[in-house]
Amino acid sequence: MSQNLPAAGAPAACRILLELNGERRELEVQPWTTLLDLLRDQLGLSGTKKGCDHGQCGACTVLVDGRRINSCLSLAVMQDGAKVTTVEGLAGADGLHPMQAAFVRHDAFQCGYCTPGQICSAVGLANENRAHTRDELREQMSGNLCRCGAYPNILAAIEDALPTLRGQGGDA
Amino acid sequence: MTPFSYHRPEAIDEALALAGPDSRFIAGGTNLLDLMKENLLHPRRLIDINRLPLREITPTPEGGLLIGALVGNAELAWDPRIEARYPLVAKAILAGASPQLRNMASTGGNLLQRTRCYYFYDAQTPCNKREPGSGCPARDGLNRMHAILGASDACVAVHPSDLCVALAALGAQVHTQGPQGKRRIDFADFHRLPDDEPWRDNNLDERELVTAVELPPQGYAGHCAYLKLRDRASYAFALVSVAAALDLDGERIRGARIALGGVAHKPWRLVEAEQLLCGRRAEPAAFAEAAERLLQSAQPLAGNAFKIELARRAIVRALGEAAGGTPR
Ligand SMILES: Cc1cc2nc3c(=O)[nH]c(=O)nc-3n(C[C@H](O)[C@H](O)[C@H](O)COP(=O)(O)OP(=O)(O)OC[C@H]3O[C@@H](n4cnc5c(N)ncnc54)[C@H](O)[C@@H]3O)c2cc1C
Ligand code: SF4
Ligand code: FES
Ligand code: FES
Repeated sequence: MSQNLPAAGAPAACRILLELNGERRELEVQPWTTLLDLLRDQLGLSGTKKGCDHGQCGACTVLVDGRRINSCLSLAVMQDGAKVTTVEGLAGADGLHPMQAAFVRHDAFQCGYCTPGQICSAVGLANENRAHTRDELREQMSGNLCRCGAYPNILAAIEDALPTLRGQGGDA
Repeated sequence: MTPFSYHRPEAIDEALALAGPDSRFIAGGTNLLDLMKENLLHPRRLIDINRLPLREITPTPEGGLLIGALVGNAELAWDPRIEARYPLVAKAILAGASPQLRNMASTGGNLLQRTRCYYFYDAQTPCNKREPGSGCPARDGLNRMHAILGASDACVAVHPSDLCVALAALGAQVHTQGPQGKRRIDFADFHRLPDDEPWRDNNLDERELVTAVELPPQGYAGHCAYLKLRDRASYAFALVSVAAALDLDGERIRGARIALGGVAHKPWRLVEAEQLLCGRRAEPAAFAEAAERLLQSAQPLAGNAFKIELARRAIVRALGEAAGGTPR
């Protein structure tokens, strides 16, 4: 689904409105452009990764209205009116998001390809506030694969950041 | 993906008027877009149903719950009424897919997801479900994930949903609306066995919309279990899954419900096996008899004979867990 080129006689592009990383954006998208391709190819926000493009790896995880989703399996046009946060939008004026900082502290990556998805997913997990034990954390991060197997440090980073985020009431 | 036009109706009538042979409804998109990217489906028109008023969970006059077709899978699993009264539904949902996917997936879409048969997913191979009459390479090919019950010469695929196994056990009803009006379909009659028409997964018409799923009053909240066995601990489809629910009077079984996932073209339920448990003490010997009865007609393929023994043990274990009180 790499083709963003309108085929001859193809249906018209759609106008959508997004609040993207805190900024109001009016965009024109082809109906078949996924949210992932919009972010990466059209807007140059390449922090969000394309791993499998089929919902199987979590590399493309972003937050829509604070909830984590796989951006490869959603059409951009379906998110019209939504608030989208990518890894580029997590840091605040005062520096890294606590989850990003924890990933750095715990060296929670090797090649780094899965990392933006892991971090967005972990922020979504904090917002959900449903994981309380280590096993629950592992289970609820199972939508993010890490081919380098950095799981122990990823888990440690999330465990470390969660109390701070709960204190803040979590929002992204 | 082949280009298509995109429509976002706000009313059900409007959505139905747009429906037709070349169009598809899209809810979460987690199955439909996957299939479109694989070049297996090429709708000319997508009807985004997310703005339709189908997002509520409301009590029914009979004391059950009516779940709108657009209620998300995660939202449903975490609804306090579902957690308290229908934990079997919550457990089945949470055993499936990933947190991201459950945030996207809808109740209606979950019912209508297509099989995960490798050949169905590979546009280069024949497949009777995809291309009627082209053959079924799974029958004599890789069929470890495939059916042991209710299969046909034409197709040995299984239905991949976890939620549907719980809904089958509870005896839910599917509410639909189409050009001919509204219908209610018993869950047992919603999905189909493949027979000689494997391209028909269910009895929904092409232009018909699932509007809601109705849960009956009895949720078996105190004594139920969902056991899912798969190749890894999470984020994988079931080899075998069991939804078990018991209504107990002390140690005696007043009523039982058992449905199996991962073994047939639809969630597998057999009322005779459940009745066999009525009046019996809740103990392993009785559970084993029920398992035996449920699997009596099982027929293995070359690659999946292990599923019969796996299912037998899973049924006994799930019933045992249910008898011991719903695991929290
Ligand atoms: C990697 C991966 C792993 C998964 N693992 C599991 C698992 O372990 N267990 C499990 O149960 N599921 C699993 N799933 C499947 C997932 O649960 C389904 O894809 C999801 O439930 C479909 O819902 P949706 O709203 O996204 O459907 P969509 O993709 O939007 O639609 C699916 C189909 O239903 C039709 N449709 C949708 N809503 C309606 C309606 N209201 N009326 C009429 N037609 C409608 C669409 O036209 C389409 O044909 C997995 C999916 C992926 C990608
Ligand atoms: S089992 Fe069914 S879905 Fe799979 S190849 Fe055979 S016909 Fe197709
Ligand atoms: S790229 Fe979306 S889940 Fe893999
Ligand atoms: S750090 Fe390499 S895939 Fe996770």
